[in-house]
Amino acid sequence: MDLLTFGKTGWGDELFYATLMTIAVSITAMLIGFLFSAIFTPLKLSNNKFLNLIANSYTTVIRGVPELLVIYLFFFGGSGAIMYVASIFGYHEYIEINAFITGSVAIGIISGAYSTEVFRGAIQSIDKGQFEACKVLGLKRYIYFLKVIMPQMLRLAIPNLSNVWQITLKDTSLISVTGLVEIMRQSYIAAGSTRDPLFFYSFAAILYLMLTFLSMKLINKLEVKYSRGF
Amino acid sequence: MDLSLMVSSLPKLLSAAVITLKLLSISLIIGLFIGLLFAILRLSKNSIINRFAYAYSYVFRGTPLLVQIFIIYYGLGQVEYFRSTFLWVIFKEPYWCAIIAFALNTGAYTSEILRSAFQTIKPGIIEAGKSLGISGKIIFYKIQIPVAIRQSLPAYGNEIILMMKGTSLASTVTLMDITGVAKHIVSTTYKPLEIFITAGGIYLFMTFFIHNLIKYLEKKYSY
Repeated sequence: MDLLTFGKTGWGDELFYATLMTIAVSITAMLIGFLFSAIFTPLKLSNNKFLNLIANSYTTVIRGVPELLVIYLFFFGGSGAIMYVASIFGYHEYIEINAFITGSVAIGIISGAYSTEVFRGAIQSIDKGQFEACKVLGLKRYIYFLKVIMPQMLRLAIPNLSNVWQITLKDTSLISVTGLVEIMRQSYIAAGSTRDPLFFYSFAAILYLMLTFLSMKLINKLEVKYSRGF
Repeated sequence: MDLSLMVSSLPKLLSAAVITLKLLSISLIIGLFIGLLFAILRLSKNSIINRFAYAYSYVFRGTPLLVQIFIIYYGLGQVEYFRSTFLWVIFKEPYWCAIIAFALNTGAYTSEILRSAFQTIKPGIIEAGKSLGISGKIIFYKIQIPVAIRQSLPAYGNEIILMMKGTSLASTVTLMDITGVAKHIVSTTYKPLEIFITAGGIYLFMTFFIHNLIKYLEKKYSY
């Protein structure tokens, strides 16, 4: 337990900040994922075959390739790609992208593929009459989406989104390979310097369990809120 | 894009795919037995056994696979007593550590899949068996298990794909699977985009294969 004290001798404060980092990366990634699903869900639902193909290849490729490989691709390939683009504009210095940004974007793209599928499923399982009623009433497109479709979609999507959140939270452990100091990386550092890997990795496991447990509690509350009236 | 590098790296990556497939198949087979065992324990009426099985699946589903591999590979080697037992022969090899971690992980998910399949079996099937005078044991082995396996096929297919993606973590404990070899080639050629895209293509092909295999099995065993 001495190992977990706060201050210079223990690893308590380091692990605390690392936990905050994990939470920050997960939330950022989840939001980036929502951004991606906001783009790709309409494409998936459109009647245009070409747009369907784009959205389907995004979700199939991302969900069919290991997360670790996507992270490696972004971490090692990302700065190269950006430097290539920059060199077109005449900038030839070395560009290093922040590990937080690469990590969140990589995990966000993965999380986006899963949440796109969730939103697609939720919208498709809304009763067709709802869409028709909106058209009959002549509602404006955005009102019809925000006031009628969105609330019903959220109710159906939240249970599955909580799964996506769990996947995203666990995937952030993979960012440790890029050197971003989150729970896994901090445990690796602590285990290396104290030669006590069993303790620190087990503690990391407990931290992740706590995070998943607490977030499930929060999401259950949301679920109750959005299923009012059903 | 260096196309010739992509082509020349393909044989190396494909031979690494053999290790990925070995890791996947061995851990799936062990995981299936663990999953079946824990699904049965979950259905037990004894609350201690029931809670133990729930705790197992909760812990393994609630923590990242990477943590599980690290605890088994780096953590267990630290225990002096453990190193003197015969188990050390297995646990000193990263290959078996990875397989044990994968098997325990997929076992937890499989137990949940099978449990829900057991619970959704129509009671009429079991009652029909009973009224025909078939013993409870035979009903379980010859009726409940096959029906449960058929019902859990789609979910289990997803689990196989998730596990296949999970095997890429074996590269973090020095194993040379597809991801490990890809990373090694990148460190010598400095061409991350080409190599990782080729490796991704191999994984994607495997995903398609598994996906179609499961679809075929679903059709074959549909009732």
